[in-house]
Amino acid sequence: MASLVEMRNIVKIYSNGVVANNGVDFQIEKGEIHAIVGENGAGKTTLMKILYGSEQPTSGEILINGESVVFKSPLDAMKKGVGMVHQNFMQVPSFTAAENVVLGHEPSKGIGLDKKKAIEATKELSEQYGLYVEPTAITESINVGMRQRIEILKILYLGVEILIFDEPTAVLTPQETKDLFKAVRVLIEKGKTIVFITHKLREVTEISDRVTVMRNGKIMGTLKTADATREGLARMMVGREVFLDIHKKPVKRGQKVMSVKDLSFVSETGHTMLRDLSFNLYASEILGVAGVEGNGQTELVEVLTGLREPASGSAVVDEKIVTGKTPREVRQAGVAHIPEDRLSNGLSVSASIDDNLIVDRFFKPPFKKGLVIDQQVVENNGKELIKEFGILTPSGELPVSSLSGGNMQKVVVAREFSSNPKILIAAQPTRGIDVGATEFIRDQLVKKRTDGTAVLLISADLSEVMSLSDRIITMFEGEITGVFPDASKVGEEELGCYMLGVKRQTAEEMEALL
Amino acid sequence: MNFNLVLQGIFSALFIASVLRISTALVLPALGGLITDLAGSINISLEGTMLVSAFTGVIVSGFSHNVWLGVLGGILSGILFSALLAYFHLYLGTNIILAGTALNILASGGTVFLLFMLTGDKGSSSTLASGVVPTVNIPFIQDIPFLGTVLSGHNIFVYGAFLLTFLINKLLYNTKFGVHLRAVGEDPVAATSVGINARRTKFMAILISGFLASLGGLNLSMAYLSSFQRDMTAGRGFIALAAVYLGGRKPWGTVLAAILFGIADALSNQLGTLNIPSQLVQAIPYAITILALVVNGIRTRSQLIEQTKRFQERELSRANTEEQK
Repeated sequence: MASLVEMRNIVKIYSNGVVANNGVDFQIEKGEIHAIVGENGAGKTTLMKILYGSEQPTSGEILINGESVVFKSPLDAMKKGVGMVHQNFMQVPSFTAAENVVLGHEPSKGIGLDKKKAIEATKELSEQYGLYVEPTAITESINVGMRQRIEILKILYLGVEILIFDEPTAVLTPQETKDLFKAVRVLIEKGKTIVFITHKLREVTEISDRVTVMRNGKIMGTLKTADATREGLARMMVGREVFLDIHKKPVKRGQKVMSVKDLSFVSETGHTMLRDLSFNLYASEILGVAGVEGNGQTELVEVLTGLREPASGSAVVDEKIVTGKTPREVRQAGVAHIPEDRLSNGLSVSASIDDNLIVDRFFKPPFKKGLVIDQQVVENNGKELIKEFGILTPSGELPVSSLSGGNMQKVVVAREFSSNPKILIAAQPTRGIDVGATEFIRDQLVKKRTDGTAVLLISADLSEVMSLSDRIITMFEGEITGVFPDASKVGEEELGCYMLGVKRQTAEEMEALL
Repeated sequence: MNFNLVLQGIFSALFIASVLRISTALVLPALGGLITDLAGSINISLEGTMLVSAFTGVIVSGFSHNVWLGVLGGILSGILFSALLAYFHLYLGTNIILAGTALNILASGGTVFLLFMLTGDKGSSSTLASGVVPTVNIPFIQDIPFLGTVLSGHNIFVYGAFLLTFLINKLLYNTKFGVHLRAVGEDPVAATSVGINARRTKFMAILISGFLASLGGLNLSMAYLSSFQRDMTAGRGFIALAAVYLGGRKPWGTVLAAILFGIADALSNQLGTLNIPSQLVQAIPYAITILALVVNGIRTRSQLIEQTKRFQERELSRANTEEQK
């Protein structure tokens, strides 16, 4: 019997010459949950874009139920039952949930709209698939989990049979992820078929029936999830042994390089996001900040890097106060910053890779020559860093937007690391990027620390904090709830208790350790 | 004396009627501005479109001796003129502000040039006997004191403006096209992803704005006055855009804002009888515009803060209840 979907010998060459898919054969069986894993830039998103009609293959064939199809647009694909649940929600913020669900295919009554019917249809679908949404809620005011459910309902409303998820859990909290997986299982029960792209091997083993590994635009293999191991999959993805555990040399920590004293921050809306934070950073030490997202970590980073002014307190580097200074002044004091949101704060995606690599230094020689920037120096600088940090691109003159997520992050890391900082503040340095780039960035962080840089690491990935850090502090509701001088001697559950505010060390206990 | 006369003038039925008449030339283009703003490609050549239509209406009716041909010509010229903008912006990729500005300048110079070619006069078309649209006396209502003076006896554009406000409101919120238009304006990527043709939707929006602006222009040259005057729109196309924002980007709000500007305009006519420099009086509508925009800006900001607060409180309480579960 023919597979539900069969993609035959798919080749996709983008107009800039990048070969994203190179002869891919891929099958999806009815009723399965099929995971696709691979490094960023491996071609999995491209393959799925071809399947749901947003990209057209350079050559190759798609068969659905044995019948050859050509998709010129996502609408064509939806007519044949293939739909995409976008990672960036395709929703109009001021519309209600129901209006977004039926957008483009609104039920009508004469020349007017049938708003009641839209709400009913949303409710009905929502109940049928256990995807709870409030039909009349305004989209911009609801949480991410519900917005994702709207996205799913949208394509179900159009009668889609095959749902493609692009990294659906990247934006979700652990609880929302659980809910999503529950919903996915209901969808399967109701006869739908699911493909999902992910970076998280844990999710592959948790939810999928089969898994396909892609690398360099090719499929490395498809196997039953039951027969797969995380280490085995990781090896297939990058083609070599991946050290999921970090090996780092013990180094004696050096001098105190930054001291943060009684730092507080109040948001525009009057919420106290940071409350009397005090701690020190030392050379040759990674200080990890563990905490559930939204407990002040973002604000801490923004205050320390000059993006926001503290309400009170200060951070001192070299006996100079750096808080309340401009980001450039903070950088001049030797602080480098890997921002948590590389797309909006870390990079100018429409500017070239070369230019992105000098934005923190173009005003200094050798980049600045007289009144202008020396393009030759900029180009050489780009060439060097692209090579050193293994940024996959044919040229530094291309815009950053032409890179995959992992390579974009490498551009940020290359810039920040090459500024030879005394202090490196790394916020979510490996979020949403592939295993290869993650491993590379983690290695670089450890190397920087061994070479004498003080590193402040903020990450939502607890295992990252635990495996990289020398010392760990936990944050809860804008306060430090615990400090652990030896990261290797504290367990996950223990940290969890402090992160959730269940346990708390006293000020006296912490004082000497901070 | 004089001052009392002014006060009497302001609180009279005639004054209110004049406000309605004057506002029409703002309400119509403001609705056009609103539609394009909601569609995400704001038509800043409303001013030029009005001017072109005002001119065409007068010329066509003057030479054909038919008022309705004039109106038709004015409308068509306005739609065509805005189609130019849509074509430049949507098909050739020109920045809409640049294209709109260019068209405004073209309209200002072009109408004077053609006026001179056709009538030999560079300032006005008064040598040409052009038509004026009829006024409507509403039965019964016209006999009611005060109300009759306020509501009855206006030209058809005045009534058309209010009917159109109603229709545009319906169009925007109760038809597929309206929903698609707002979706395209707010999030073109989301709209496109469900098969809405963003370019076609914007094109239609700009054409509709051209239609509305053309009525505004015709109202000036074939109703309010009976001739075309050089640059007779006098910035109304821009004030109309201000009304869109002051009105909170909603149809009735926009109309109310346009009427507010109309009041200022009418007021400056009334105050003209006082012994104040006419330039100062004429500046009143613009001063009110700026003032209104400042007030509106402050209000929106505080609303935004208020909204964020409420949203956060709701999220917090939701998180709390979830925790309790």
